[in-house]
Amino acid sequence: MTGNEAAARGAYEAGVLFASAYPGTPSTEILENLGGKYKNEVYSEWAPNEKVAVEAAIGAAIAGGRALACMKHVGVNVAADPLMTFGYTGTTAGFVIVSADDPGMHSSQNEQDNRFYAKFAKIPMLEPSNSQEAKDYMKIAYELSEKWSTPVFFRMTTRVCHSKSIVEMGERTEAESFKYEKQITRYVATPANAKGMRVKVEERLKIMEEFSNSTELNKPEYNGTKVGVISAGVAYQYAREVFGEDASYLKLGFTHPMPMEVIKEFASKVDKLYVVEELEPYMEDQIRAAGIDCIGKAVIPNMGELDTDRVRKAVLGLENPTLKAEKKAAGRPPTLCAGCPHRGFFYSLSRRKDVMVTGDIGCYTLGSAEPLFAIDTTICMGASISTGHGASKVFEKIQPGKKVVSVIGDSTFFHSGVTSLMDVVYNRGTSVAVILDNRITGMTGHQQNPGSGYTLMGEPAPAVDIPALCMAMGIKKENIHIVNPNNLHENEVALDKALGSDETSVIITKWPCVLKKITEEDKKAFDLSKKQCKVDPEACINCKMCIKTGCPALQAKDGKVVIDSGSCVGCGVCQQVCPMGAIQKAGE
Amino acid sequence: MAEIKNILLVGVGGQGTILASKILSTALVDAGYDVKMSEVHGMAQRGGSVTTQIRYGEKVFSPIIGKGEADVMVCFEKMEALRWIEYVKPTAKIVINDFEIPSAPILVGAEEYPQGIIEELSAKTEVSVFKAADIAKELGNPKAMNIVLLGALVKAMGIEDMDWDKYIAENVKKGFEELNIKAFRAGMDAI
Repeated sequence: MTGNEAAARGAYEAGVLFASAYPGTPSTEILENLGGKYKNEVYSEWAPNEKVAVEAAIGAAIAGGRALACMKHVGVNVAADPLMTFGYTGTTAGFVIVSADDPGMHSSQNEQDNRFYAKFAKIPMLEPSNSQEAKDYMKIAYELSEKWSTPVFFRMTTRVCHSKSIVEMGERTEAESFKYEKQITRYVATPANAKGMRVKVEERLKIMEEFSNSTELNKPEYNGTKVGVISAGVAYQYAREVFGEDASYLKLGFTHPMPMEVIKEFASKVDKLYVVEELEPYMEDQIRAAGIDCIGKAVIPNMGELDTDRVRKAVLGLENPTLKAEKKAAGRPPTLCAGCPHRGFFYSLSRRKDVMVTGDIGCYTLGSAEPLFAIDTTICMGASISTGHGASKVFEKIQPGKKVVSVIGDSTFFHSGVTSLMDVVYNRGTSVAVILDNRITGMTGHQQNPGSGYTLMGEPAPAVDIPALCMAMGIKKENIHIVNPNNLHENEVALDKALGSDETSVIITKWPCVLKKITEEDKKAFDLSKKQCKVDPEACINCKMCIKTGCPALQAKDGKVVIDSGSCVGCGVCQQVCPMGAIQKAGE
Repeated sequence: MAEIKNILLVGVGGQGTILASKILSTALVDAGYDVKMSEVHGMAQRGGSVTTQIRYGEKVFSPIIGKGEADVMVCFEKMEALRWIEYVKPTAKIVINDFEIPSAPILVGAEEYPQGIIEELSAKTEVSVFKAADIAKELGNPKAMNIVLLGALVKAMGIEDMDWDKYIAENVKKGFEELNIKAFRAGMDAI
């Protein structure tokens, strides 16, 4: 099982009744598993964003059912508001929040170390180091949550989430159900009530610390006395392999609060103490603050993810002999797929050299890459429209005439773009919002969302009507342009109108993701017959205009462009840019 | 510590390295090994370079392979051999699918597809090269290329005598069992 499958299994076995999440690599499969395999027992849903997921799970836990909220590390930033105060009020039934961090930024915009959130919110933290622990710790997390009436922070990382290891499974036990009682002083965080809660938070921390010093989760393994290693999470696995059988280990599974008594004793029994942790010196700083000398970030990098090789090199100065090659591989960055509906729009956008394009988080961030270079900024989920608005207001002052276009995917728009667009309309902004509606959450692997017409558990659901939503916010109907992004002429006309307007405009590009599982509704709404494109070699003059669309199905070979029939889906974008009319669609 | 074997599968997003790894891991677990497998999801899959890694032995700690650790590397795409070469032992066996997928910088003419990969690597270690794509195509489905490569990998690992037909049938799409079993055997025979 992967760590994510195991975490889902743990939640299932723990008797969880409610689970919510917004998809985000590397956390996505936890809810996919719960909403698939375990949907008869665990009610699971996709929330429009992480804050909503946490709040819904808080409601579920206060109502008396064990609840789970899952997200990637940056999602916790979005959910931090409810989390901080829920740390004060505490919970009735067990509540666990999973933070899946991404050291090395495999699929993220930063590699922030979310362990600090547990310390910040003053709540307990568990860190599994493999799939078995992901399952077992999840069950422990619910017991602790109810024992101390606190939310529990469950920190995983990419290599724990996406590595498979053997898991011994257990059975589901229905949790004790709590009868709901109105408890205003406990759950209404007014200043007067919160002052009382604040005191309890500190009392709880002390109790948690005692636990941390006595639990089996933080147990030393004594071997030799020369070297001692303190580690947690997947970093322990690397350390265990590098230091081998002779070193002693203190593997921490419960990492907030830290077991300082256990650490002091462990440190006193070894000659040399290493602290091996990925990213920031979260443990090391606390160990040093307790007056214990150790070797940590002085040698181990705080950037990128670790592996056995990096740890070995850092602490032992040794490197494995390896095979080497003189030749170098050419770069292979991720690209927009052949037939991706974003390509047509980004191609049109890339022709406009006088606009600033603010981007967002999703596959379409790849529109920033060669050869389109059609995005200027990407910060975080939902930022495209609001940063575009701010930029546009400043351009009005310092660079009149400079226009701004903001591009955002449908799922990201629902996540946190709606309030940004409200900001633009309300403040009479003229930046153009482009909602790239590909009918699904693309990058994380096709999760349903409020616009797709289905729920996580496969039930049909009302789909958000994006144009109607825009109109309800105050955007005029004539300023909403709906286009087929594969039709470059439609893109051009819409961009001309929107950029020429002195009122808030929206362009909605509507075409399903090329990898999406096509529904009956899609079949009715779009002509998805696959008419592949072909180059007439007689007519091709090798000007490579078509190559400039960045479609991976096209390649210049022996002075002519050829189209790979294995990947072409016939979107026709290349056909439209060919000045010689050398590209034809089958059957046309 | 009992010896751990490290298998590295490298290729391009969408080539099916994850399914091949899954079949191999399942068989290794049944054979009584401690097994860890690591894969990459998300943005990297969109036509980017991908790797899945399998480690097995009596007790495995790290789920990923460090530099200079792989015993066998199977390259679903030729150029990817170069990208991951530092992860293999100097004595490693390398299986290369003689199949080129030009990357975006190559398609736009910014970089060139490196030549002479097989010649260079063959001079350094044991390299088996064959055209898995052609074999899969001959069998009637180019998509079975990953299973052809799995067959070659199993041969290179020297673990042919397991019930592979069963593991393949259990893990591939219904209706495609026979095709994939044929693809697997063709891969074993190819090197």
